Amino acid sequence: MSNPTENDATVVSSVVQGFADMPGGLLPLLHEIQARFGYIPSDSIATIAVVMGLSRAEVHGVISFYHDFHTEPRGANTIHLCRAEACQAMGSRKLEQHVKARLGIDYGDTTADGRFSLEPVYCLGNCACSPSIRIGDTVHARVDADRFDELLEES
Amino acid sequence: MRPKIFIPADTTACALGADAVADEVVVQARGRGLDIEIIRTGSRGAYWLEPLLEVESDQGRIAFGPVKLTDVATLFEDGFPASGESSLCVGKVADISWLARQDRLTFERAGVTDPISLDDYRQSGGYDGLARALDMTAEEIVAAVTESGLRGRGGAAFPTGIKWRTVLDTAAEQKYVVCNADEGDSGTYADRLLMEADPFQLIEGMTICALAVGATEGYVYLRSEYPKVLQILNQVIATGREANLLGQDILGSGRSFDVQVRVGAGAYICGEETSMLESLEGKRGLVRFKPPLPAIEGLFGKPTVVNNVLTLAAVTTVLAKGSDYYRDYGTGRSRGTITLQLAGNIRRGGLVEVPFGLSLRELVEDFGGGSASGKPIRAIQVGGPLGAYLPVSQWDTPLDYEAFAGIEAMLGHGGVVVFDDSVDMLEQARFAMEFCALESCGKCTPCRIGSVRGVELLDKIRKNDQLTANHALLQELCTTMDAGSLCAMGGLTPMPVRSAIKHYPQDFEPVVQEQTECQS
Repeated sequence: MSNPTENDATVVSSVVQGFADMPGGLLPLLHEIQARFGYIPSDSIATIAVVMGLSRAEVHGVISFYHDFHTEPRGANTIHLCRAEACQAMGSRKLEQHVKARLGIDYGDTTADGRFSLEPVYCLGNCACSPSIRIGDTVHARVDADRFDELLEES
Repeated sequence: MRPKIFIPADTTACALGADAVADEVVVQARGRGLDIEIIRTGSRGAYWLEPLLEVESDQGRIAFGPVKLTDVATLFEDGFPASGESSLCVGKVADISWLARQDRLTFERAGVTDPISLDDYRQSGGYDGLARALDMTAEEIVAAVTESGLRGRGGAAFPTGIKWRTVLDTAAEQKYVVCNADEGDSGTYADRLLMEADPFQLIEGMTICALAVGATEGYVYLRSEYPKVLQILNQVIATGREANLLGQDILGSGRSFDVQVRVGAGAYICGEETSMLESLEGKRGLVRFKPPLPAIEGLFGKPTVVNNVLTLAAVTTVLAKGSDYYRDYGTGRSRGTITLQLAGNIRRGGLVEVPFGLSLRELVEDFGGGSASGKPIRAIQVGGPLGAYLPVSQWDTPLDYEAFAGIEAMLGHGGVVVFDDSVDMLEQARFAMEFCALESCGKCTPCRIGSVRGVELLDKIRKNDQLTANHALLQELCTTMDAGSLCAMGGLTPMPVRSAIKHYPQDFEPVVQEQTECQS
């Protein structure tokens, strides 16, 4: 995804207006912007701040507090790998090494072809069938190195 | 009559392939000219059997599982759904002892009914509690909840009736009910399962709460890791509004209450109630000082009940069946049922709802069937990432709030994560500190800085660097975090660390060989 165009600025404006009167509407707004663009374009922050009656610093502060929000373009698919205890008990530390090596990236990075971004996650609520990963909105259970490679092919 | 086949649509069942299995069942039935009806349920939480298919029969439901995609054709060749000849048939659901030995109050409908069907919910006793509540005064509802002995199921175990009483007694033009559905603890999935399998129960519980305290608006703060739940909740809220169970003049009572879902953004700390309120207000999830309690100054500064999903769900049972009915389950000051979630390295993982008082050993051995790997179990972490690691000598402790506090542990939200003997407890202690460093809101120093220093100290101990001094420093650090943190995040992080050191001291002693475990 490239930098926002003038057209994108119009989209941002219209999205932001929809949340102006919602009590505590900043998080739902940021989710919506991210859903539209795949990330929160830096250029949108000023617009968000004006309409929501906040300073740009406040908006930036909220964006940077939450792991889900990103201000840079992301890969076409985000892979969330669970690093929490239930998955650790089933070998996720080993899986983590495989995933990073296979994708050739670390957490927070995107593959050179733009297909995958990798993020850690601390529990997907799938803890009876660990290790778990999430690709897009789909959770996968009992993932080992081979299963991960299969999933990568299917994505 | 067309055979009815029930197939779970729950996150874990689908993570194990339930959607693909359901599609293949349709294909196979069509290919054989069989006319069938498929009903997508939640899940009973017997995850070791998922995907678990059930077929209605005159002897009750017959279960088949675990059914993989590649099993479906063979299943039909063996006479499915009419016959139970298949080797995957586990007999009548009612005879599966793993389920039969549970006392399902809150999870009675889970995996049985169609989660988004209001008719299913009502026909199985749903909204009986609200009907009772509409005939009661606010005082009477609060009294019923207090008498049930129900305590907060999110982890803090605070008496629910007292919290509601405080909000009821605080005069304000606007009050709120907030459901904490930010189930962030590793090893827990009960909230998710309830919201996917029986979501109306949560909405009914929130409505009863609103009547009790005089609130007209409710929020469900849902973690973003549960996209399936978001869709389901929005669907049942819309259905509830159409049926006049939410909105203005509920069922002609003159009372109004509505609910909306807000989605978190990946911050574990937002499961702490005041951080959650900040987040709901559209801010950074910084923990607030207490007092004032949220019951007095909560969301947007108004009196607010903040309760966990399971607490609000349990209220429907209390109202529908009476305080005594609920209170008669349990032991000591832990009344009712506790929902335990068997997780990690466990052979028969899943959700176990039982009265308080079962021992951890019975849970892990009788229900869990030992480790998944077949190796000896070495440690069990109960109560999420801030809970203690328990060695074999403590497994006879009864699962009740006070008994666990007595061994410097906690039940928390009921997560039970099992580790076999390959676990490295220094690594687990280090992870506890690392997790705190990652997820601290940063407002107080013991949590924000202490956790970073904790990771560094454990790395030094790993390298055999000034062991005695660094152990002493780590203990001192734990004391500071415990006593000086603003909330349970920094305050409880020492619990897994101390328990690991206390019960597994050999893992913190010098090792001859260089460790090659990943430490990223």
